Amino acid sequence: MQTKSRNLYLIPYVLWMVLFVAAPIVLIFYYSLFDIEGNLTLANYAKFFTPVYMQMTLSSFWYAFLITAFSLLIAYPTAYLLTKTKHKQLWLLLIILPTWINLLLKAYAFLGIFGTYGTANNLLAWLGAGRQQILFTDFSFVFVSVYIFIPFMILPIYNSLEEMNPSLIDAARDLGSSQWETFKKVIFPLTISGVKSGCQAVFIPALSLFMITRLIAGNRVITLGTAIEQHFLVTQDWGMGATIAVFLIIAMAIIILLTNNRRRSAR
Amino acid sequence: MRKNSKLSNLYLVLVFAILYAPIFYLMYYSFNSGGTMREFEGFTLDWYKEVFQDTRLLIIVLNTLIIALLSSAISTIIGVLGALAITYVKRRRTKNTLLTLNNVLIVSPDVIIGASFLILFTMIGIKLGFTSVLLSHIAFSVPIVVIMVLPKLEEMSSSLVDAARDLGASRREVLTKVVLPYITPGIFAGFFMALTYSLDDFAVTFFVTGNGFSTLSVEIYSLARQGISLTINALSTLIFLVTILLVVGYYFITQRNNRVKGVAIRK
Repeated sequence: MQTKSRNLYLIPYVLWMVLFVAAPIVLIFYYSLFDIEGNLTLANYAKFFTPVYMQMTLSSFWYAFLITAFSLLIAYPTAYLLTKTKHKQLWLLLIILPTWINLLLKAYAFLGIFGTYGTANNLLAWLGAGRQQILFTDFSFVFVSVYIFIPFMILPIYNSLEEMNPSLIDAARDLGSSQWETFKKVIFPLTISGVKSGCQAVFIPALSLFMITRLIAGNRVITLGTAIEQHFLVTQDWGMGATIAVFLIIAMAIIILLTNNRRRSAR
Repeated sequence: MRKNSKLSNLYLVLVFAILYAPIFYLMYYSFNSGGTMREFEGFTLDWYKEVFQDTRLLIIVLNTLIIALLSSAISTIIGVLGALAITYVKRRRTKNTLLTLNNVLIVSPDVIIGASFLILFTMIGIKLGFTSVLLSHIAFSVPIVVIMVLPKLEEMSSSLVDAARDLGASRREVLTKVVLPYITPGIFAGFFMALTYSLDDFAVTFFVTGNGFSTLSVEIYSLARQGISLTINALSTLIFLVTILLVVGYYFITQRNNRVKGVAIRK
C-alpha cells in the first residue's frame, strides 16, 4: 500500500525522463543512420571522418580550448580576490548578475562596441593605431565568448576557495613557503575540483556555440554547434546533423568523465 | 602589502567594468537620437515609444512571458514530484541512476537539446510553435527544479514526518501540512530559476519554434542579424530592469532560505 502510493510520485517524473531525456538521445542516434534521402546507411559516419569535418572538429576544439584557457586565466584571480573582499556575497551576486541578462543582448552590444566606427575602434584611432577590422574575426569571437563564460568559471572556483580551510595557508606560511609556493603547492591543488567543474561548465558550451559564431564571427568560425544548426535548419540534412551531434555527445561524455570529481561538483 | 591590495582592487574593478560595460553601453545608446551606436547626438525617448507602439513586438513579449510562466509552473509541479520520488527511493543504485539522468539535460549543450527535441516533435507529430516551445521549456526546467528542491528534502529530518504520523496525520496531511511547507523556499527558488532559464533561452527555442511563433530571444537574434537598431537597445534596457527586479526577488527568497536553514541548525 505504502510503496504503491509512493510510486505515484514517480509516474510524471519518469514519464518526463523517458520522453525528454531518453527518447531524444535514442532518436539522435537513430537519425544519424539515415542519409538525406532517408536510406539506412553509415555514410554520415564515413563523411564525418573526411578532412573537411575533421578540420572543423579540430578547430572547434581549439577554439573551445582557447576560450576555456582565457576564462580560467581571468577567473581564477578574480575568484581568489573576491574571497578576500568584505561583503563577498554581494560582490558574488554582482558577478552573477550579468549572466541573468539575455545572452543575445550582450552579444548584440559587442556589434556596436567592435564595429568599424564603434568604441573600440575609436579608442584605437585615438591611440594612433588606426581603425581595424575587429568584428567578424577570430579575436572578437574568442573575446565575446570569454566575456560570456567568465562568471561560469568564477563561481565554482570561488566555491572551492571558500570551502578550503584557511589554516592550511597559515601552516604553509609558517613552515616558510613563499606566497607563490603556497599558491602552487597548497591553494591550487586544493581548489582543483572547482577549476575542473569550471572548465567543464565552459568547455562543453564553447564547443557548441552557434549564435555567437553567426553574430560576432560572421560565419568565419565554424564550431560543432554551428555545423549542427546548419544541417538541421538550413540544409535540412538531419542525418549528418545528428551524426555530428553523436560525436558532440561522445566528446561531452569524455569531458565529464575527465573532469568529474569523486565528490559532489562545486556547482 | 598595501600596494598589493591596491593592485588587486584595481584588478577586480577592471573585471567588473568589463562585465558591465556592454550592458551600460546598450542602455546609454538607447537614448541616442542619432540612430546608431557610434556617436551620441541627443537625448530622446523615441526608441522606447517605438517599442511600445510595435504591436508585433508586444505580442512576442507576451508570448515569452506566457511561455515562461506556464512552463515554470508546470515544471515546478513535475520537479517537486520528481524530488519527492527520488528521496523516497531507498536503493542507492536506483537513486544515483535517477540523479544522473536528471543531470543529462543540465549538462547537455543547447544545440543538442534543440536538435533532439526537433526530431522528437516532428516524429510524434507535434506542430512547431507554441506547444513545442512550451513542452521543451518544461522539459529543460524540470531538472533545475529537482536540483533546487532536493537539498531541502534531504535536509528535512525524518523525525518530523514520523512525529506527524504518530500524531495521526494521514499521508496526504503529512505531505500538505509538513513536507510541502518545509520545502516551500526550495520550490520558490526552483520556480524562479525555471522562469529565468525560460526567459533566457535562445538556442533550444530557435530549433523548435516554427515560422509563426517567436520569443524575445529569437526575435532579437533575427533583428541583430540585420544590424543595429536602437529599438533593440531600448528593449534591452527594459529587459535589464525587469531582470534586476527578478534577481532582487530571487535574492530575497534565497536569503529567507538561509534564515530557515539557520533555524534548522539551531534546532
